Amino acid sequence: MKAAVIVFPGSNCDRDLAVAFRAAGFETTMVWHKDGALPEGVDIVGVPGGFSYGDYLRCGAIAAQSPVMRAVSAHAARGGHVLGICNGFQVLCETRLLPGALMRNAGLKFVCKMQRLSVGTADSAFTAGYAAGQEVTFPIAHHDGNYVADAQTLASLEAEDRIAFRYIGNPNGAMGDIAGILSPNRRVLGLMPHPERVVDAAQGGTDGAAMFRALAEALVAA
Amino acid sequence: MTEPAITPDLIAAHGLKPDEYERILEIIGREPTFTELGIFSAMWNEHCSYKSSKKWLRTLPTKGPQVICGPGENAGVVDIGDGQAVVFKMESHNHPSYIEPYQGAATGVGGILRDVFTMGARPIAAMNALSFGEKDHPKTRQLVHGVVEGVGGYGNCFGVPNVGGEVRFHRAYNGNCLVNAFAAGLAEADSIFYSAASGVGMPVVYLGAKTGRDGVGGATMASAEFDDTIEEKRPTVQVGDPFTEKRLLEACLELMASGAVISIQDMGAAGLTCSAVEMGDKGNLGIKLTLDHVPQRETNMTAYEMMLSESQERMLMVLKPSMEAEARAIFQKWDLDFAIVGETIPEDRFLILHGNEVMADLPLSKLSSEAPEYDRPWVPTEPAADMDPVPEVDAIDALKALISSPNYCSRAWVYEQYDHMVMADTIRAPGLGAGVVRVHGTEKALAFTSDVTPRYVKANPVEGGKQAVAEAYRNLIAVGARPLATTDNLNFGNPEKPEIMGQFVGAIQGIGQACAALDMPIVSGNVSLYNETDGQAILPTPTIGAVGLLSSPEELIAGVPRDGHVLMVLGETRGHLGQSALLAEVFNREEGDAPPVDLAAERTAGEFILANRQWITACTDLSDGGLALAAFEMAVAGDVGLTLEPSDNAMLYGEDQGRYLIATNFDKAEALMVAAGQAGVTLSTVGKVGGDKIRIGGSEASLADLSTLWRTAFAAHFA
Repeated sequence: MKAAVIVFPGSNCDRDLAVAFRAAGFETTMVWHKDGALPEGVDIVGVPGGFSYGDYLRCGAIAAQSPVMRAVSAHAARGGHVLGICNGFQVLCETRLLPGALMRNAGLKFVCKMQRLSVGTADSAFTAGYAAGQEVTFPIAHHDGNYVADAQTLASLEAEDRIAFRYIGNPNGAMGDIAGILSPNRRVLGLMPHPERVVDAAQGGTDGAAMFRALAEALVAA
Repeated sequence: MTEPAITPDLIAAHGLKPDEYERILEIIGREPTFTELGIFSAMWNEHCSYKSSKKWLRTLPTKGPQVICGPGENAGVVDIGDGQAVVFKMESHNHPSYIEPYQGAATGVGGILRDVFTMGARPIAAMNALSFGEKDHPKTRQLVHGVVEGVGGYGNCFGVPNVGGEVRFHRAYNGNCLVNAFAAGLAEADSIFYSAASGVGMPVVYLGAKTGRDGVGGATMASAEFDDTIEEKRPTVQVGDPFTEKRLLEACLELMASGAVISIQDMGAAGLTCSAVEMGDKGNLGIKLTLDHVPQRETNMTAYEMMLSESQERMLMVLKPSMEAEARAIFQKWDLDFAIVGETIPEDRFLILHGNEVMADLPLSKLSSEAPEYDRPWVPTEPAADMDPVPEVDAIDALKALISSPNYCSRAWVYEQYDHMVMADTIRAPGLGAGVVRVHGTEKALAFTSDVTPRYVKANPVEGGKQAVAEAYRNLIAVGARPLATTDNLNFGNPEKPEIMGQFVGAIQGIGQACAALDMPIVSGNVSLYNETDGQAILPTPTIGAVGLLSSPEELIAGVPRDGHVLMVLGETRGHLGQSALLAEVFNREEGDAPPVDLAAERTAGEFILANRQWITACTDLSDGGLALAAFEMAVAGDVGLTLEPSDNAMLYGEDQGRYLIATNFDKAEALMVAAGQAGVTLSTVGKVGGDKIRIGGSEASLADLSTLWRTAFAAHFA
């Protein structure tokens, strides 16, 4: 299985994500933002956390226009898997691979802490290692994680079982306590919490490891 | 362009004393140009020249087998085995943060990160020690919000975990907050980059962001006392861009790996002037700069402005000429400026050209070697008067007063605004004692702490100085780390006052003794003087940042107490209440002497913990707030109640040094007792863990209630 991790000049969780992919058995390549193409045969693209181009404008707005995101969109259109974490989720929303937007936290402060979450659905390659309704704890670390979408979008996310994670104790004001969502084909996941920061026990938790293991199992079978 | 005439007023406005100006005339044998006056002022202010402190800094222990590079470079370098080194330093950004809290704090973080990666190290941890005025002072809330957001805003974007620090409040900081920023990085021990230029005719290259007018004269501003005209000084504060800094980091590390760099220096205080002079001076070379080639953000900048600008995210480098194309390509990849702005020259000369005119022509080595150095008069601090008796109070009431006070409530409001987990190697988060970060891809980890108790230093600078180092030592030991080395960030008032100078001298003496006795030499540091407003000095605040090494994950002590555990105190409790948290927070009294520090006992206790860590589940040092506060914090960490046997205030809240609180199960506690007997250290059982209440001194309260009080107090005071 092959993974690619996108590196924007302001990415700062790119290495962390690559470490998590590699630990789950993925052959992982870093892809520079100025590159217009992904490596041949990539199964999953990771869009990591950080501050893509500084994010002095709306988070992820400039990244969405970068050459590499055209390649990521094409990969998604072909039915490829995409995982966007934190800034990566913001970029996927700005790229319109996922609906809705991420606004400034309701408390107006950056918030970094361990966050309890409820798994919304086990029906995806990302979440197959969890049970729906299972409680997991991932770290969060963001200033703009307040998910908003129009009523129709929220209703369809709900109806189509595309809410992957919900906060238990909403840290940022996100509508419907939404922490992460899936695309209609369930192959693009964007989430604010950081599963890649809890993949080994020394990090204070291992709840994230199941996501990467499940992805490896799904994609090796594919 | 015509420069202003040199007048006594202009000289004074540059912070130069009349005798210092006479010295300039002697050195160059003529009246300086305006640009030259600016250069002298930049090099000779307190911040850059250490003219009041140098004499005393030389007395500090700076050597040891673990030290690869001590003070004098951008940061200290310490061996951590396997060909790796940790590179670290702490530096203040006090004055700018008081004037413009967000940008002042942000650029303080940026500056210290640059100091670390200039040496070839990738930053892996940061800390911040913050001192603010009293809670109800009209400026405090705004400063707390601005500084914390600025620290977070910069570090979070740059992507370095902020794993520890301090936050304190005291009326002595009402007019002068302190922002001390620490950063540590990881490098290959044989690939450290230094600032000394070498080779004649080598290109001097400007890297990073463009130069603007921000920060012109900042270092001179930071070397003066404040008065009510302070708001007028806002334009001297720099503006930070962490995204550019992140790119500068990556580009510099790539450039260093390419072999193109002869020497490199970040442009910090006094920007281009200081960095160019330092590179030339250390390499016994002259430097010629042609300012027309400096990348500029604003139009019509003068030589004076460019030489004194403190625009951020800039570096100066001496380049191997054969590698110019490769070097340029790396900076283009990261969309950063790369410009050859000068060259090294054989003669001792600092030659500044602009628009085909000579704007400055000075003997380079004299700018630093002939800088004034003062042996300022000082008087030792008077011994503390005897203390009036301290009335007994209910132990739970006292605990509630402490844990709801700005100084001893939970700091989560602060550190939750800092990304403390980015890089995914943080294995002990901030909140209780030292933060610990894995050395990526190895079995090793590094522990970080920053400590000082300014009340102690004011009452007794020598013991207070010792105590700051001893507490840092204990915080490292308590997580199972072997203390390696120290950085000092010395914040004091006006050194021209003999009693302030006396505080400085005493603190240095104490710090020096402790660093020698505990084998944690000073490898870097920073001095911030003139922290006074309208003649009122801050509490003497020599912040000690320290780093310890864990060679394997098994060495980490990071457990929490569990139901059934025994609580034990290592070290002797005598009940010292002078200058204690109990006295200050409950009785509003700052009286008595600082607790004495027995450095030999500190060392013995520390070695005992490291030798017996297999018997210890949870461990924390006892510092201000004594046994009761430490036990409470341990109970919160384990979410379990506990009972302490000692009943009087002095035994519960006394701040005797050299002590640790240990929680472990009964069998291990017995083994530990046997070991203590053999080692000749004092180990006493002080209580037990269990239930859902805190029981001390005959009173009790629910842990959940106390915990809520502790967790919510900071926001209640400041949000």
